[in-house]
Amino acid sequence: MTVEDQDPTPSQGVGDDERRPTAAAAAAERSGAPAADPAAATPPARPVPAFDGHTPVQRPSGDLERYARLFSQRTRVMKTSAMRDLMALTERPEVISLAGGLADTTLFPAEDLAKVLSHMAAGDSARALQYGPTEGLAEIRPCLAEVMAAEGTIVDPDEILVTSGGQQVIDLVCKTLVDPGDVVVTEGPTYPGAVPTFSAYEANVVQIEMDEDGMRIDLLEEALDRLAAEGRRPKFIYTIPTFQNPGGVTMSLERRRRLVQIAHEQQILVLEDNPYGLLRYEGEALPTLLSLDGGRFVIYAGTLSKILSPGIRVGWALAPAPVRQKMVIGKAGSDLNSSSLSQLFVAYYFRERDWRDYVRQQATVYQARRDVMLEALTRHMPDGTTWTRPQGGLFVWLTLPEQIDTTDLLARALQHDVAFVPGRGAFLDGRGGNSMRVNFSGVTEDEIREGVSRIGSVIAEQLELYASIAGTPRPRGGSTRGGSSDPVASPGDTDRSIVPLRTAGRRRGTA
Amino acid sequence: MRVAVLQGGRSLERQVSLQTGQRVEESLRRLGHEVHGVDIDHAFVRTLGDLRPDVAFVALHGEDGEDGTVQELLEVLGIPYTGSAPAACERCWDKVVAKRTLAGAGIATPDAVSVSESAFKQLGAADALVLVGERIGFPLVVKPSRQGSALGLRMVQRAEEVPAALVAALSYDDRVLLEHHVDGRDLSVSVLDDETLPVVEVHPRGVDPYAERYTIGETTFTCPADLDAATIAAAEDLALRAFHALGCRGFARVDLLADRVTGELTVLEVDAVPGLTHTSYLPVAAEAAGIGFDALVARLVELALQPASAGA
Repeated sequence: MTVEDQDPTPSQGVGDDERRPTAAAAAAERSGAPAADPAAATPPARPVPAFDGHTPVQRPSGDLERYARLFSQRTRVMKTSAMRDLMALTERPEVISLAGGLADTTLFPAEDLAKVLSHMAAGDSARALQYGPTEGLAEIRPCLAEVMAAEGTIVDPDEILVTSGGQQVIDLVCKTLVDPGDVVVTEGPTYPGAVPTFSAYEANVVQIEMDEDGMRIDLLEEALDRLAAEGRRPKFIYTIPTFQNPGGVTMSLERRRRLVQIAHEQQILVLEDNPYGLLRYEGEALPTLLSLDGGRFVIYAGTLSKILSPGIRVGWALAPAPVRQKMVIGKAGSDLNSSSLSQLFVAYYFRERDWRDYVRQQATVYQARRDVMLEALTRHMPDGTTWTRPQGGLFVWLTLPEQIDTTDLLARALQHDVAFVPGRGAFLDGRGGNSMRVNFSGVTEDEIREGVSRIGSVIAEQLELYASIAGTPRPRGGSTRGGSSDPVASPGDTDRSIVPLRTAGRRRGTA
Repeated sequence: MRVAVLQGGRSLERQVSLQTGQRVEESLRRLGHEVHGVDIDHAFVRTLGDLRPDVAFVALHGEDGEDGTVQELLEVLGIPYTGSAPAACERCWDKVVAKRTLAGAGIATPDAVSVSESAFKQLGAADALVLVGERIGFPLVVKPSRQGSALGLRMVQRAEEVPAALVAALSYDDRVLLEHHVDGRDLSVSVLDDETLPVVEVHPRGVDPYAERYTIGETTFTCPADLDAATIAAAEDLALRAFHALGCRGFARVDLLADRVTGELTVLEVDAVPGLTHTSYLPVAAEAAGIGFDALVARLVELALQPASAGA
């Protein structure tokens, strides 16, 4: 698993009838000495759940019950999954992992880090080692406002809440807004790292399809109507409008305007997550939702993870004042304040170096890697496979013929020492089985070529096998030949893609 | 005693193995042993050579650990180890071989057909799928011949779903089984030192068998199972016969199905290196027999150190 995608385990639908243990039951369990329980040999009269609340204390119990009885209701959705365990194998050193979502921190000059840190230590050692205000240190806020201004979003530095990465913003927003069963609307696929957060707060996630212009606002409106008919209103709409993770697509200006308009009309909050906006390799920059909205219904999540360093864990939030105040209290409960040391490092770094220069340098490297990846995909992917062509960011989203399940494919790919993120982790409703996310920022150009070639081979193998079993014509393309040409859909491929498609440089879509 | 707890490795069940390994390590420490966790890698043989443990506790799952490979190396190194010898591991790990062995001993298993990847590619085995479907009937279960933890397992309702299920299963192994789906109660009978432990009945709840197996709080089960005495006795007898037919030693877990209509018992599979995680059935069954986890671990070590009986 990558650092940013802690657990893509999709799960929801916890029934109200399955309540947790009562305090009394838990207390009884704590005080009991299960191993010596004389009732241990007595078979219970009816099937009893192994380790949840209904279990009478008289049945034998092992370690698992001793702890499981104490678990909260919300841990029920924190599941072990085959995919998660397979993802652990992608960290083997011999594996070329396109599963990451990482900035390439080897690009950061080590001597810069050493110098800036030593200046910070000389000038501000005591403060760097001390607690700080929950809202963040005063000197980092103008730096973060400067980053936003580079994207044309002007904010008051005093309104910035400094967080521990953008991830914490998602957590704090859920903590502030979501009661169990509340609806949260997201893109489908959505950021796999947000899935466990939504699950932990027991949100009911409704996912809206995308095309190459981002979230389908027409489908969003339909979903909102449907929910309204059921008497439900989403607590917020979560979106990564620019270079979406994992889709790689960008929401068009028209749709941004429409989304903000809907938010105003229906008074629904929007959480705009914007980690990649400054990593644009081509095309015109688009205004953020926050700038279109004027800060009335849009909550903004920013992060330095992709433009400076994920290791410093510095992110930030902007939110309407009443929401922000609750988030501050929520944050105090989580971690009191984000690392003072990291915040001061950022302040010193912004003072002493040109941060824009480092972003430009990264963008140049990532753009070259993206181009290598797109070329490798064209060369190695069998017909019937389509992918997005991101104008920035870190990811490409692939859609394979329907008969391929990418979780099973990962098992086979790992035999060839290559890995990707199976698409199912980006959905909470079981979709995404025939899609995958690949990353180009955290791997070298040679690794991209080799990795994509290996993935192409295993897909081609699977398709060939499918054809030989289903008795259909064999698919064409794959890594054995150079590039695909005709847009021949593979057998069973109904061309139902979730995000826009490209086959060998050709555009197709579901607009 | 110096005990090496073998775990991890590069199998797809690495995480499950690490869970078993960690739990066993904690237990062995409580029992006062000198414990060394060994994550299986390229230096495995050298590591064990340097360590010279008195006994190796095999907490591996999946390829290499469950298929007899590691056991064979331990034989060569002359290190006593928990559980079955290489031949029995091999027979249990490969579901096709296990089925044949059990059939040879007159033990019923659900009707199944095995097909290899090359049979589809080279021999046009696809043309036989209609016959297979007719013989086995739907719904049927498609699963890899050699893979644990229900990875790659699919229930298939209709003929047109068979190809995708086969491709999925063939992602894990080059041979797969198409098996008759028995609508039955899931029983798990653990064998410890030639004696059965109380029967566990598993009540699957959802559609994701992997999540259910390894998430605390996910699967519900009853132990001892709420069955009539005759069924319990028959299940225990069948489990012991399967244990012996496959040549198992020390301990194993035998999974059975009791047909909901006829009550007929069939053996689904035998796990020669059963999981000992917090959600595994064997430790639960032991606990129901009054054998706590530490006592279970101590017993397994003791069995490993007994002089080997003739062959396996």
